[in-house]
Amino acid sequence: MAVHLSWDLGWDVRQLLAFPFMVNALRAGTIVAVVAGAIGYFMVLRRESFAGHTLALIGFPGAAGATWLGINESAGFFGFCVAGALVIAALPAQGRANPLGGYGERSAVIGTVQAFALACGLLFVTLYHGLLSGLNDLLFGTIIGITSRQVVTLLVAGVAALAVLAVIARPLLFATVDADVARARGVRVRLVGAAFLVLLGVAAAGTSQVTGTLLVFALLVAPAATAVRITARPVAGVVLSVVIAVVVTWLGEGVAYFSPYPIGFWVTTFAFGFFLLAGGYRALADRRG
Amino acid sequence: MSRADVVTARGAAVRRGGRTVWSGVDVTVHAGEFVAVLGPNGVGKSTFLQVVLGLVAPADGEVRVLGGAPGSANRRIGYLPQRHAFDAGTRVRGVDVVRLGWDGDRWGVPLPFGGARAKAARERVDEVVELVGAGDYAHRPIGRLSGGEQQRLLIAQALVRRPDLLLLDEPLDSLDVTNQASVSALIQHVCRSQGVAVLLVAHDVNPILPYLDQVLYLAPTGAIMGPPADVITADTLTMLYGTPIDVLHDRTGRLVVVGQPDTHEHH
Repeated sequence: MAVHLSWDLGWDVRQLLAFPFMVNALRAGTIVAVVAGAIGYFMVLRRESFAGHTLALIGFPGAAGATWLGINESAGFFGFCVAGALVIAALPAQGRANPLGGYGERSAVIGTVQAFALACGLLFVTLYHGLLSGLNDLLFGTIIGITSRQVVTLLVAGVAALAVLAVIARPLLFATVDADVARARGVRVRLVGAAFLVLLGVAAAGTSQVTGTLLVFALLVAPAATAVRITARPVAGVVLSVVIAVVVTWLGEGVAYFSPYPIGFWVTTFAFGFFLLAGGYRALADRRG
Repeated sequence: MSRADVVTARGAAVRRGGRTVWSGVDVTVHAGEFVAVLGPNGVGKSTFLQVVLGLVAPADGEVRVLGGAPGSANRRIGYLPQRHAFDAGTRVRGVDVVRLGWDGDRWGVPLPFGGARAKAARERVDEVVELVGAGDYAHRPIGRLSGGEQQRLLIAQALVRRPDLLLLDEPLDSLDVTNQASVSALIQHVCRSQGVAVLLVAHDVNPILPYLDQVLYLAPTGAIMGPPADVITADTLTMLYGTPIDVLHDRTGRLVVVGQPDTHEHH
């Protein structure tokens, strides 16, 4: 390895951008961080983290199956995640909705689907007789191997998801905070919730391609959970969540490039660090009243 | 039916899951009146509010709300459903919750620095927050506030669009006695000062009794409406439910209704 970290930041950045694979990794990472930061904020407010986790895991058999069949891996991720989102959205809401209009009572069904998805992914990887590292990369992410075509796919999906989010953001927030009043005011709570799950599927599928299936939450939950601990303003919360997601991605990818340890570890570690700091800040601020 | 009537029902009936919840209900709520909706558990008081909102269609009879069919004028109705409180993890400010009552049902996001329209919205939100006396805590996360403080902000949310009718479903239920008294007084103040008619579902009529213009007592086979002193009597309620009912007065003027049958819903 010719690359090594120096005290000259300019030189470090030039080293970082010397290889096309790294440029692609940074581009892809930035795109998915922005999308995951914004959509993750609403996911945390809606308390749909479990659905988000499941959607990420559903992407795994999608990608593994696509690899096995020789199809584009991105298509597998997006196809399975969006289909999974539609299935979760179609599940009947049982009993009384929780006060935040989430999907708490569906968790048993979602959990069962999640286990099955993971099992299918394992089967597809076995059928592929593939390289063992393939499994590792799918689950925990890799810094190499993101193609320019994949970056374009991520960009298109990300821009589309953010555009839809911008259109539904206000009624979505209303339905999240106060579903009953929103419904009485004519908000189509069910439709808005289903649309959001699809966006969540897109975000999970995109993020999976950078962090791996199991570490999606490093970008989808941790920045948003950090942001809501710092501010209770919705607009500031979204912006802060996006900024944190982008920063931890750049830090994680940068450090991973110079270190022998994997990208998933670094991105997650930085996200966890921010979360701890924000949690400490919150505890102190609440004690002061 | 005069033009000033806010809600009218003639022979209205509601069926749910093949079961008649109530039938033969006649109601007239005039503009600016403070009306309590009373009755035993499970008699369908909340359902009545849902009929007014057009969320549940009456199986029989005619219901008119603000001069049109139920649901046609929901922009002019403020609604506060029966609820569990926001828990401590709800990290959205009180003013944000109030603001959702203003334009939360519209697509898109408000532009930052959105000019006159955004300014009008902000001013109106501040105005109702002051009206309900929540100025001191409206900028804190709503999950960190007490039940009484949350209820005041939710009343502000229901009021923010200057409605002609306010529907409040058990707004006093989760409050302690002191807050019940102060929130009741607030609702009365809002009703009189803003000229908004209030339909309030209550489990216990006592906190609001001095303020009421009319009560609507619901029973499975009909309803009686009139001034509280005429309706909440042993004779009237015994006739309405067809079973002996006593109305006791304690020395502070509190009413206790004894013997009313709880109608349990079967799911």
